[in-house]
Amino acid sequence: MGAAGAPESTPSEDNILAKVVVVTSGKGGVGKTTTSANLAAGLASMGYRTVAIDFDVGLRNLDLVMGCERRVVYDLINVIRGEATLRQAAIKDKRLENLFILPASQTRDKDALSRIGVEGVIEGLKKAGFEYIICDSPAGIEHGAHMAMYYADHAFVVTNAEVSSVRDSDRILGLLDAKTHRAEKGLDPVKTHLLLTRYNPTRVAKGEMLSHKDVIELLGIDFIGAIPESHQVLQSSNAGVPIILDPSNDAAQAYIDVVNRFLGQERPQRFLDAPKRGFFSRMFGAGEAPVAAAG
Amino acid sequence: MAWLDYFRRRPRPGTADLAKDRLAIIVAREGRSKSTAAYLPQLRQELLQVLAKYEKIDLDQVTVNVESQGEIEVLELNVVLSDPTNVRRQGTAARHAPFFSEVKPETVAPSA
Repeated sequence: MGAAGAPESTPSEDNILAKVVVVTSGKGGVGKTTTSANLAAGLASMGYRTVAIDFDVGLRNLDLVMGCERRVVYDLINVIRGEATLRQAAIKDKRLENLFILPASQTRDKDALSRIGVEGVIEGLKKAGFEYIICDSPAGIEHGAHMAMYYADHAFVVTNAEVSSVRDSDRILGLLDAKTHRAEKGLDPVKTHLLLTRYNPTRVAKGEMLSHKDVIELLGIDFIGAIPESHQVLQSSNAGVPIILDPSNDAAQAYIDVVNRFLGQERPQRFLDAPKRGFFSRMFGAGEAPVAAAG
Repeated sequence: MAWLDYFRRRPRPGTADLAKDRLAIIVAREGRSKSTAAYLPQLRQELLQVLAKYEKIDLDQVTVNVESQGEIEVLELNVVLSDPTNVRRQGTAARHAPFFSEVKPETVAPSA
Protein backbone atom coordinates (compact mmCIF):
# COMPACT_ATOMS: atom_id res chain seq x y z
CA MET A 1 0.00 0.00 0.00
CA GLY A 2 2.18 2.83 -1.22
CA ALA A 3 -0.31 5.57 -0.45
CA ALA A 4 2.20 7.48 1.60
CA GLY A 5 4.25 8.44 -1.42
CA ALA A 6 1.29 9.40 -3.58
CA PRO A 7 1.29 13.02 -4.69
CA GLU A 8 -1.46 15.40 -3.74
CA SER A 9 -2.55 15.80 -7.32
CA THR A 10 -4.08 12.35 -7.23
CA PRO A 11 -7.56 12.86 -8.64
CA SER A 12 -8.94 9.53 -7.57
CA GLU A 13 -9.40 8.08 -4.15
CA ASP A 14 -9.40 4.39 -5.08
CA ASN A 15 -5.89 4.50 -6.44
CA ILE A 16 -4.00 3.07 -3.57
CA LEU A 17 -2.08 0.60 -5.61
CA ALA A 18 -0.12 1.52 -8.68
CA LYS A 19 -1.18 -0.31 -11.80
CA VAL A 20 1.23 -1.85 -14.22
CA VAL A 21 -0.06 -1.86 -17.79
CA VAL A 22 1.68 -3.66 -20.62
CA VAL A 23 1.03 -2.61 -24.19
CA THR A 24 1.71 -5.66 -26.29
CA SER A 25 0.75 -7.32 -29.56
CA GLY A 26 3.15 -9.97 -30.73
CA LYS A 27 3.20 -8.54 -34.21
CA GLY A 28 5.37 -5.55 -34.97
CA GLY A 29 4.19 -2.33 -36.48
CA VAL A 30 0.62 -2.47 -35.25
CA GLY A 31 0.83 0.58 -32.99
CA LYS A 32 2.20 -0.49 -29.61
CA THR A 33 4.50 2.46 -29.15
CA THR A 34 1.91 4.93 -30.41
CA THR A 35 -0.59 3.43 -27.99
CA SER A 36 1.87 3.47 -25.09
CA ALA A 37 2.65 7.12 -25.73
CA ASN A 38 -0.99 8.11 -25.96
CA LEU A 39 -2.14 6.01 -23.04
CA ALA A 40 0.60 7.48 -20.87
CA ALA A 41 -0.01 11.04 -22.07
CA GLY A 42 -3.76 10.60 -21.65
CA LEU A 43 -3.50 9.30 -18.09
CA ALA A 44 -1.00 12.01 -17.20
CA SER A 45 -3.16 14.74 -18.67
CA MET A 46 -5.99 13.55 -16.43
CA GLY A 47 -3.78 14.08 -13.44
CA TYR A 48 -2.37 10.62 -12.80
CA ARG A 49 1.32 10.25 -12.10
CA THR A 50 2.36 8.12 -15.04
CA VAL A 51 5.59 6.67 -16.32
CA ALA A 52 6.09 4.92 -19.64
CA ILE A 53 8.89 2.36 -19.85
CA ASP A 54 10.36 1.35 -23.20
CA PHE A 55 11.18 -2.37 -23.03
CA ASP A 56 12.45 -2.57 -26.57
CA VAL A 57 16.07 -2.98 -25.57
CA GLY A 58 18.31 -2.32 -28.53
CA LEU A 59 15.63 -0.51 -30.50
CA ARG A 60 14.71 2.54 -28.50
CA ASN A 61 11.68 4.31 -29.98
CA LEU A 62 9.28 5.50 -27.34
CA ASP A 63 11.47 8.52 -26.59
CA LEU A 64 11.24 9.53 -30.24
CA VAL A 65 7.47 9.17 -30.43
CA MET A 66 7.14 11.16 -27.22
CA GLY A 67 9.58 13.80 -28.35
CA CYS A 68 12.22 13.51 -25.63
CA GLU A 69 14.98 11.73 -27.54
CA ARG A 70 17.45 14.56 -27.05
CA ARG A 71 17.15 14.41 -23.31
CA VAL A 72 18.03 10.75 -22.87
CA VAL A 73 21.04 10.39 -20.60
CA TYR A 74 20.45 7.14 -18.75
CA ASP A 75 18.17 4.27 -19.63
CA LEU A 76 16.38 1.25 -18.21
CA ILE A 77 19.45 -0.98 -18.34
CA ASN A 78 21.56 1.65 -16.56
CA VAL A 79 19.03 1.59 -13.74
CA ILE A 80 18.94 -2.20 -13.59
CA ARG A 81 22.72 -2.34 -13.44
CA GLY A 82 22.80 0.29 -10.73
CA GLU A 83 24.65 2.78 -12.92
CA ALA A 84 21.91 5.36 -12.51
CA THR A 85 18.99 5.96 -10.19
CA LEU A 86 15.39 6.02 -11.37
CA ARG A 87 15.31 9.72 -10.63
CA GLN A 88 18.26 10.28 -12.95
CA ALA A 89 16.99 8.07 -15.74
CA ALA A 90 13.30 8.98 -15.87
CA ILE A 91 12.78 11.91 -18.21
CA LYS A 92 10.14 14.40 -17.23
CA ASP A 93 7.85 15.32 -20.08
CA LYS A 94 7.96 19.01 -20.96
CA ARG A 95 4.26 19.27 -21.69
CA LEU A 96 2.67 17.23 -18.95
CA GLU A 97 3.68 17.61 -15.35
CA ASN A 98 2.72 14.07 -14.37
CA LEU A 99 4.38 12.26 -17.25
CA PHE A 100 7.76 10.55 -17.21
CA ILE A 101 9.54 8.37 -19.72
CA LEU A 102 12.07 5.68 -18.94
CA PRO A 103 13.83 5.01 -22.23
CA ALA A 104 15.19 1.72 -23.50
CA SER A 105 18.86 1.15 -23.78
CA GLN A 106 20.48 0.83 -27.17
CA THR A 107 22.82 -1.84 -25.96
CA ARG A 108 22.53 -5.19 -27.62
CA ASP A 109 22.91 -6.95 -24.33
CA LYS A 110 19.33 -8.06 -23.82
CA ASP A 111 20.22 -10.38 -20.98
CA ALA A 112 20.75 -7.29 -18.89
CA LEU A 113 16.97 -7.08 -18.74
CA SER A 114 16.66 -9.49 -15.84
CA ARG A 115 13.45 -10.32 -14.07
CA ILE A 116 14.84 -9.21 -10.74
CA GLY A 117 16.07 -6.01 -12.33
CA VAL A 118 12.66 -5.29 -13.82
CA GLU A 119 10.99 -6.04 -10.51
CA GLY A 120 13.32 -3.57 -8.82
CA VAL A 121 12.51 -0.86 -11.34
CA ILE A 122 8.76 -1.37 -11.03
CA GLU A 123 8.87 -1.45 -7.24
CA GLY A 124 10.99 1.68 -7.28
CA LEU A 125 8.51 3.47 -9.51
CA LYS A 126 5.62 2.43 -7.27
CA LYS A 127 7.45 3.75 -4.25
CA ALA A 128 8.12 6.98 -6.09
CA GLY A 129 4.36 7.49 -6.21
CA PHE A 130 3.57 6.59 -9.79
CA GLU A 131 0.01 5.46 -10.26
CA TYR A 132 0.29 4.05 -13.75
CA ILE A 133 3.34 2.27 -15.10
CA ILE A 134 3.00 1.73 -18.83
CA CYS A 135 5.27 -0.95 -20.26
CA ASP A 136 5.81 -0.64 -24.00
CA SER A 137 6.58 -4.17 -25.13
CA PRO A 138 8.84 -5.03 -28.04
CA ALA A 139 7.35 -7.05 -30.88
CA GLY A 140 7.75 -10.80 -30.86
CA ILE A 141 7.48 -13.29 -28.04
CA GLU A 142 11.10 -13.23 -26.93
CA HIS A 143 12.69 -12.20 -23.66
CA GLY A 144 11.90 -8.47 -23.90
CA ALA A 145 8.22 -9.14 -24.49
CA HIS A 146 8.15 -11.54 -21.54
CA MET A 147 9.78 -9.00 -19.28
CA ALA A 148 7.40 -6.25 -20.37
CA MET A 149 4.35 -8.33 -19.50
CA TYR A 150 5.67 -10.19 -16.48
CA TYR A 151 4.53 -7.80 -13.75
CA ALA A 152 1.48 -6.49 -15.57
CA ASP A 153 -1.91 -6.03 -13.95
CA HIS A 154 -3.50 -4.95 -17.22
CA ALA A 155 -2.62 -5.68 -20.81
CA PHE A 156 -3.57 -3.68 -23.85
CA VAL A 157 -3.49 -6.14 -26.71
CA VAL A 158 -2.98 -3.91 -29.72
CA THR A 159 -4.38 -5.55 -32.81
CA ASN A 160 -4.98 -4.65 -36.43
CA ALA A 161 -8.05 -6.18 -38.07
CA GLU A 162 -5.87 -8.39 -40.18
CA VAL A 163 -5.09 -12.11 -40.09
CA SER A 164 -1.47 -12.14 -38.93
CA SER A 165 -2.05 -9.55 -36.24
CA VAL A 166 -5.06 -11.40 -34.84
CA ARG A 167 -3.17 -14.66 -34.78
CA ASP A 168 -0.21 -13.06 -33.00
CA SER A 169 -2.52 -11.42 -30.50
CA ASP A 170 -3.96 -14.82 -29.74
CA ARG A 171 -0.47 -16.12 -29.04
CA ILE A 172 0.25 -13.18 -26.78
CA LEU A 173 -2.99 -13.79 -24.90
CA GLY A 174 -1.80 -17.34 -24.31
CA LEU A 175 1.41 -15.99 -22.80
CA LEU A 176 -0.48 -13.50 -20.66
CA ASP A 177 -2.50 -16.42 -19.32
CA ALA A 178 0.56 -18.46 -18.45
CA LYS A 179 3.83 -16.57 -18.25
CA THR A 180 3.20 -13.66 -15.97
CA HIS A 181 3.75 -13.06 -12.30
CA ARG A 182 0.00 -13.19 -11.76
CA ALA A 183 -0.32 -16.52 -13.54
CA GLU A 184 2.64 -18.07 -11.80
CA LYS A 185 1.53 -16.96 -8.35
CA GLY A 186 -2.08 -17.99 -8.95
CA LEU A 187 -3.36 -14.42 -8.53
CA ASP A 188 -6.22 -12.95 -10.53
CA PRO A 189 -5.26 -13.11 -14.18
CA VAL A 190 -3.93 -10.09 -16.04
CA LYS A 191 -6.90 -8.00 -17.22
CA THR A 192 -6.76 -7.94 -20.99
CA HIS A 193 -8.16 -5.20 -23.19
CA LEU A 194 -8.46 -5.49 -26.93
CA LEU A 195 -7.50 -2.30 -28.73
CA LEU A 196 -7.99 -2.23 -32.47
CA THR A 197 -5.73 0.20 -34.26
CA ARG A 198 -5.63 1.33 -37.87
CA TYR A 199 -9.30 0.47 -38.01
CA ASN A 200 -10.98 1.41 -41.24
CA PRO A 201 -14.78 1.29 -40.91
CA THR A 202 -15.27 1.97 -44.61
CA ARG A 203 -13.36 -1.15 -45.54
CA VAL A 204 -15.17 -3.07 -42.82
CA ALA A 205 -18.50 -2.01 -44.32
CA LYS A 206 -17.33 -3.28 -47.70
CA GLY A 207 -16.42 -6.61 -46.19
CA GLU A 208 -12.75 -6.07 -46.93
CA MET A 209 -11.60 -5.86 -43.34
CA LEU A 210 -12.46 -7.91 -40.29
CA SER A 211 -14.96 -6.05 -38.17
CA HIS A 212 -14.43 -5.26 -34.53
CA LYS A 213 -17.08 -7.86 -33.75
CA ASP A 214 -15.16 -10.49 -35.69
CA VAL A 215 -11.96 -9.79 -33.79
CA ILE A 216 -13.76 -9.69 -30.44
CA GLU A 217 -15.34 -13.04 -31.20
CA LEU A 218 -12.04 -14.56 -32.31
CA LEU A 219 -9.99 -13.36 -29.38
CA GLY A 220 -12.72 -13.45 -26.77
CA ILE A 221 -11.50 -10.59 -24.60
CA ASP A 222 -12.85 -7.27 -23.42
CA PHE A 223 -12.97 -4.65 -26.18
CA ILE A 224 -11.75 -1.25 -25.10
CA GLY A 225 -12.02 0.57 -28.40
CA ALA A 226 -10.85 1.11 -31.93
CA ILE A 227 -8.51 3.80 -33.17
CA PRO A 228 -9.49 4.78 -36.68
CA GLU A 229 -6.81 4.75 -39.33
CA SER A 230 -5.60 8.31 -39.57
CA HIS A 231 -2.83 10.15 -41.33
CA GLN A 232 -2.59 12.29 -38.21
CA VAL A 233 -0.94 9.43 -36.34
CA LEU A 234 2.12 9.66 -38.57
CA GLN A 235 2.12 13.42 -38.33
CA SER A 236 2.13 13.24 -34.56
CA SER A 237 5.01 10.78 -34.40
CA ASN A 238 6.89 12.96 -36.89
CA ALA A 239 6.51 15.81 -34.46
CA GLY A 240 7.11 13.75 -31.33
CA VAL A 241 3.82 14.86 -29.84
CA PRO A 242 1.37 12.15 -28.76
CA ILE A 243 -1.75 12.59 -30.86
CA ILE A 244 -3.97 12.65 -27.79
CA LEU A 245 -2.60 16.12 -27.00
CA ASP A 246 -4.21 17.48 -30.16
CA PRO A 247 -7.83 16.47 -29.66
CA SER A 248 -8.98 17.94 -32.97
CA ASN A 249 -8.90 14.65 -34.84
CA ASP A 250 -10.67 11.31 -34.65
CA ALA A 251 -7.66 9.24 -33.62
CA ALA A 252 -7.04 11.54 -30.66
CA GLN A 253 -10.69 11.42 -29.67
CA ALA A 254 -10.62 7.64 -29.91
CA TYR A 255 -7.60 7.48 -27.62
CA ILE A 256 -9.27 9.85 -25.16
CA ASP A 257 -12.29 7.53 -25.12
CA VAL A 258 -10.04 4.53 -24.57
CA VAL A 259 -8.27 6.15 -21.63
CA ASN A 260 -11.60 7.06 -20.07
CA ARG A 261 -12.94 3.55 -20.53
CA PHE A 262 -9.78 2.20 -18.98
CA LEU A 263 -10.47 4.44 -16.00
CA GLY A 264 -13.87 2.83 -15.70
CA GLN A 265 -16.06 5.40 -17.38
CA GLU A 266 -18.78 4.61 -19.87
CA ARG A 267 -18.02 6.00 -23.29
CA PRO A 268 -20.09 5.03 -26.32
CA GLN A 269 -18.09 3.67 -29.24
CA ARG A 270 -17.81 6.41 -31.83
CA PHE A 271 -15.47 5.24 -34.57
CA LEU A 272 -16.81 1.90 -35.63
CA ASP A 273 -19.10 3.01 -38.44
CA ALA A 274 -18.16 4.23 -41.85
CA PRO A 275 -19.03 7.85 -42.43
CA LYS A 276 -22.20 8.11 -44.47
CA ARG A 277 -21.30 8.90 -48.03
CA GLY A 278 -24.64 8.81 -49.75
CA PHE A 279 -25.27 6.83 -52.89
CA PHE A 280 -22.03 4.92 -53.27
CA SER A 281 -21.65 3.68 -49.74
CA ARG A 282 -25.27 2.62 -49.76
CA MET A 283 -24.79 0.80 -53.04
CA PHE A 284 -21.60 -1.05 -52.25
CA GLY A 285 -20.97 -0.75 -48.57
CA ALA A 286 -23.39 -0.67 -45.75
CA GLY A 287 -25.04 -4.05 -46.15
CA GLU A 288 -25.54 -4.42 -42.46
CA ALA A 289 -27.23 -2.32 -39.91
CA PRO A 290 -25.16 0.29 -38.11
CA VAL A 291 -23.01 -1.26 -35.45
CA ALA A 292 -24.15 -0.62 -31.96
CA ALA A 293 -21.73 0.25 -29.23
CA ALA A 294 -19.91 -2.81 -28.05
CA GLY A 295 -19.92 -3.52 -24.37
CA MET B 1 -19.23 -5.37 -69.57
CA ALA B 2 -17.09 -6.09 -66.59
CA TRP B 3 -18.32 -3.07 -64.72
CA LEU B 4 -21.78 -4.59 -64.56
CA ASP B 5 -20.37 -7.34 -62.38
CA TYR B 6 -19.93 -4.75 -59.75
CA PHE B 7 -23.68 -4.55 -59.37
CA ARG B 8 -24.30 -8.25 -59.73
CA ARG B 9 -21.98 -9.33 -56.98
CA ARG B 10 -23.19 -6.76 -54.56
CA PRO B 11 -24.52 -9.17 -51.95
CA ARG B 12 -21.29 -11.14 -51.96
CA PRO B 13 -19.16 -10.34 -48.96
CA GLY B 14 -15.53 -9.30 -49.32
CA THR B 15 -12.63 -11.28 -48.01
CA ALA B 16 -13.24 -10.37 -44.38
CA ASP B 17 -15.45 -13.41 -43.84
CA LEU B 18 -12.80 -15.63 -45.34
CA ALA B 19 -10.23 -14.13 -42.99
CA LYS B 20 -12.52 -14.75 -40.06
CA ASP B 21 -13.13 -18.37 -41.00
CA ARG B 22 -9.43 -19.03 -41.42
CA LEU B 23 -8.62 -17.36 -38.14
CA ALA B 24 -11.34 -19.26 -36.30
CA ILE B 25 -9.62 -22.48 -37.27
CA ILE B 26 -6.17 -21.22 -36.35
CA VAL B 27 -7.29 -19.82 -33.03
CA ALA B 28 -9.05 -23.05 -32.13
CA ARG B 29 -6.08 -25.15 -33.18
CA GLU B 30 -3.10 -23.30 -31.82
CA GLY B 31 -4.48 -20.63 -29.58
CA ARG B 32 -5.14 -20.61 -25.90
CA SER B 33 -7.03 -23.72 -25.11
CA LYS B 34 -8.50 -22.25 -21.93
CA SER B 35 -11.22 -24.46 -20.54
CA THR B 36 -12.39 -25.43 -24.00
CA ALA B 37 -11.17 -28.91 -24.62
CA ALA B 38 -7.58 -29.30 -25.65
CA TYR B 39 -8.62 -32.32 -27.66
CA LEU B 40 -10.35 -30.19 -30.29
CA PRO B 41 -7.43 -30.00 -32.70
CA GLN B 42 -6.98 -33.73 -32.51
CA LEU B 43 -10.68 -34.37 -32.87
CA ARG B 44 -10.74 -32.17 -35.94
CA GLN B 45 -7.85 -33.96 -37.49
CA GLU B 46 -9.19 -37.40 -36.81
CA LEU B 47 -12.58 -36.46 -38.19
CA LEU B 48 -10.91 -35.33 -41.36
CA GLN B 49 -8.91 -38.53 -41.57
CA VAL B 50 -12.03 -40.63 -41.20
CA LEU B 51 -13.90 -38.57 -43.78
CA ALA B 52 -11.00 -38.83 -46.18
CA LYS B 53 -11.16 -42.62 -45.92
CA TYR B 54 -14.68 -42.81 -47.27
CA GLU B 55 -15.10 -39.75 -49.38
CA LYS B 56 -12.78 -37.91 -51.65
CA ILE B 57 -13.05 -34.57 -50.01
CA ASP B 58 -11.51 -31.28 -50.89
CA LEU B 59 -10.02 -29.88 -47.74
CA ASP B 60 -10.61 -26.41 -49.09
CA GLN B 61 -14.29 -27.23 -48.81
CA VAL B 62 -14.09 -28.28 -45.19
CA THR B 63 -14.76 -25.67 -42.59
CA VAL B 64 -14.51 -26.25 -38.90
CA ASN B 65 -15.82 -23.65 -36.52
CA VAL B 66 -15.99 -23.55 -32.81
CA GLU B 67 -18.49 -21.10 -31.46
CA SER B 68 -19.49 -20.41 -27.94
CA GLN B 69 -23.09 -19.50 -27.33
CA GLY B 70 -23.23 -18.63 -23.71
CA GLU B 71 -22.32 -21.76 -21.81
CA ILE B 72 -22.54 -23.98 -24.83
CA GLU B 73 -19.69 -24.69 -27.21
CA VAL B 74 -20.76 -25.61 -30.70
CA LEU B 75 -18.42 -27.51 -32.95
CA GLU B 76 -19.61 -26.95 -36.48
CA LEU B 77 -18.19 -29.10 -39.23
CA ASN B 78 -19.12 -28.34 -42.81
CA VAL B 79 -18.01 -30.75 -45.50
CA VAL B 80 -18.78 -30.23 -49.14
CA LEU B 81 -18.54 -33.54 -50.93
CA SER B 82 -16.72 -32.95 -54.15
CA ASP B 83 -18.16 -33.71 -57.53
CA PRO B 84 -16.59 -37.04 -58.64
CA THR B 85 -16.03 -35.63 -62.13
CA ASN B 86 -14.04 -32.76 -60.77
CA VAL B 87 -10.57 -34.30 -60.93
CA ARG B 88 -8.74 -31.03 -60.44
CA ARG B 89 -10.44 -30.50 -57.14
CA GLN B 90 -9.20 -33.82 -55.83
CA GLY B 91 -5.72 -32.76 -56.78
CA THR B 92 -6.11 -29.75 -54.58
CA ALA B 93 -7.14 -31.93 -51.70
CA ALA B 94 -4.08 -34.10 -52.06
CA ARG B 95 -1.85 -31.09 -52.12
CA HIS B 96 -3.33 -29.69 -48.96
CA ALA B 97 -3.57 -32.92 -47.06
CA PRO B 98 -0.08 -32.78 -45.47
CA PHE B 99 -0.87 -29.40 -44.04
CA PHE B 100 -3.30 -30.93 -41.64
CA SER B 101 -1.18 -33.86 -40.62
CA GLU B 102 2.07 -31.97 -40.17
CA VAL B 103 0.75 -29.57 -37.59
CA LYS B 104 0.72 -31.95 -34.68
CA PRO B 105 2.73 -35.03 -35.54
CA GLU B 106 2.16 -36.55 -32.14
CA THR B 107 -1.57 -36.60 -32.72
CA VAL B 108 -1.38 -38.85 -35.79
CA ALA B 109 -3.20 -42.02 -34.95
CA PRO B 110 -0.66 -44.69 -33.94
CA SER B 111 -2.86 -47.44 -35.35
CA ALA B 112 -2.31 -46.18 -38.89
